[in-house]
Amino acid sequence: MARLQDLVRVLRSKNAGPFSITFDVLFRNEAAYQRARNSGLFTAAALAPVLRFPEEKIRVVYYPPAHAIKIAVPRRHSSGAFDDTDIFGCQQHAPLLDLDIP
Amino acid sequence: MTEGVVNEELRCMCGSGQLGHGIPREAFERGVALKPHFIGADMGSTDIGPYYLGAGLPDGHEAVIRRDLEMFLLAGRRLNVPLLLGSAGSAGGEPHLQLTLRILYDIARQHRLSFKLAIIHAEVGAEYVLRKLRAGKVTPCGPVPELTEATVRRATRMVGQMGMEPFIAALAAGADVIIAGRACDAAVFAAYPVFRGADKGLAMHLGKIIECSSLSAEPGGRDAIMGYLRNDHFVLESMNPMRRCTATSVAAHSLYEQPNPYEVVEPGGRLDMNKAVYKTLDDRRASVSGSVWEPNPTYTIKIEGVEKIGYRYFSLGAMRCPIAVRQTPEILGAVEAMVADLLRGDFDPADYRLKFRPYGWNGAMGEGEPAPGHSNEVMVVTDVVARTPEIAQAVCSVARYNLLHYFYPGILATGGNLAVPFVPSDVSGGEVYEFSVYHLVEVDDPLELFPMELVEIREGARHG
Repeated sequence: MARLQDLVRVLRSKNAGPFSITFDVLFRNEAAYQRARNSGLFTAAALAPVLRFPEEKIRVVYYPPAHAIKIAVPRRHSSGAFDDTDIFGCQQHAPLLDLDIP
Repeated sequence: MTEGVVNEELRCMCGSGQLGHGIPREAFERGVALKPHFIGADMGSTDIGPYYLGAGLPDGHEAVIRRDLEMFLLAGRRLNVPLLLGSAGSAGGEPHLQLTLRILYDIARQHRLSFKLAIIHAEVGAEYVLRKLRAGKVTPCGPVPELTEATVRRATRMVGQMGMEPFIAALAAGADVIIAGRACDAAVFAAYPVFRGADKGLAMHLGKIIECSSLSAEPGGRDAIMGYLRNDHFVLESMNPMRRCTATSVAAHSLYEQPNPYEVVEPGGRLDMNKAVYKTLDDRRASVSGSVWEPNPTYTIKIEGVEKIGYRYFSLGAMRCPIAVRQTPEILGAVEAMVADLLRGDFDPADYRLKFRPYGWNGAMGEGEPAPGHSNEVMVVTDVVARTPEIAQAVCSVARYNLLHYFYPGILATGGNLAVPFVPSDVSGGEVYEFSVYHLVEVDDPLELFPMELVEIREGARHG
């Protein structure tokens, strides 16, 4: 087992426009990327309870050129709306840091 | 416009991805010394939130905008190469454009500069959008509700995000300096190469990467970057020698602020990066090839708009008593209900919204927080947005006072529940806006939303 934060060089969240947030998981190397990819944890179904979004709203894209996995979700509240907590969407990644990767 | 491929290398320089926040001077000058064919800069984004578009103000201080614009303008005139600036004044609406021009004219006068200026407007009127809406030519851009006439009418300000065509028209008219309202970031940098006959796919991909200055390098940074565009590939080099562009760092940048790293939808088509090849050339530079431009049969422009939802007052106070901290959600819920009850009759509930934001509990993530409440103190931000500033201030003062003296179960510290760091405690947060329009509009002509003016500036004085 390893924690996700020990396999990556970047793990960030960020707006993709004012109505979406994306998570970029950039792994340290090819081996770490393959390990995470094969873990089965990076699917919409497995991420739903971690990100607290329904499965059908989560999109996962594998991106081998950068040893990266990208996750996109719609924002709960648009950037800067009264109920929004994070205008830039850059502090929503924390739940992913401690994912246990077999 | 010339057709076909370019037979020389085009040196495409991005001076700044966020002009107005302080361009790092050394890297900028290093780029200028390489004699770029043009210098582009981007000033804005929706990333800064809805306020600036609504309020008609820039994100950044006027003194810093002046400093950056001066560096940009003097370099372009010294080299006598085109300067392209997109999303003037951060949000790219009419007041933002006018503010940028006022500063530009000042600098031109001070240095007695001569150049041909193209001004491209990007603010969109409600009547235009309503006409498109009725014709069924408006669709949501991403997870956004369908646009309604009421939403259009309520919008404080709307801008269209121009593609490369208005810039190309300005270049064709002989402009030396192009100051544009809201623009697609990549288009600012793709326009000149395409004007010179370069491949649209490569030019757009180049634009996408360099519009963020040296963010695609390792370590990333805000320094100027140069893209060397050749027949079938381009090479990237940060103008700060400590920042290295590698195959991985550049490929990784395709992920940034985009929902999909394999394709990007842009005005008039999409950039297909499925077959893009990234190569590390040496310890400073990387190359990219294989990106393809797929034109769309219909040309769409993204419209961004905001509406005013009121005026904000807020107040700060920290709970440190562990008996209170562990009851944070219950206390805040009870006080919210108490305040609503207390104000009923004197204040219309439709005129204000009250929210306690408990930092140290779940302030940063709200409903998304998987592990609320692991702190020994909680900063409660009392946040009120109301129809008028007076109502916001009144509700804010009532709410924080009732939180201060709320008697929760098990209370021992009856002197007050909040460590308040500042007095006066109720602080104005100004006007508040929300994004309400983020939609694609089908246009007949890529230029139809973006009127251009040409102004001749001689020895710092305006003609025409």
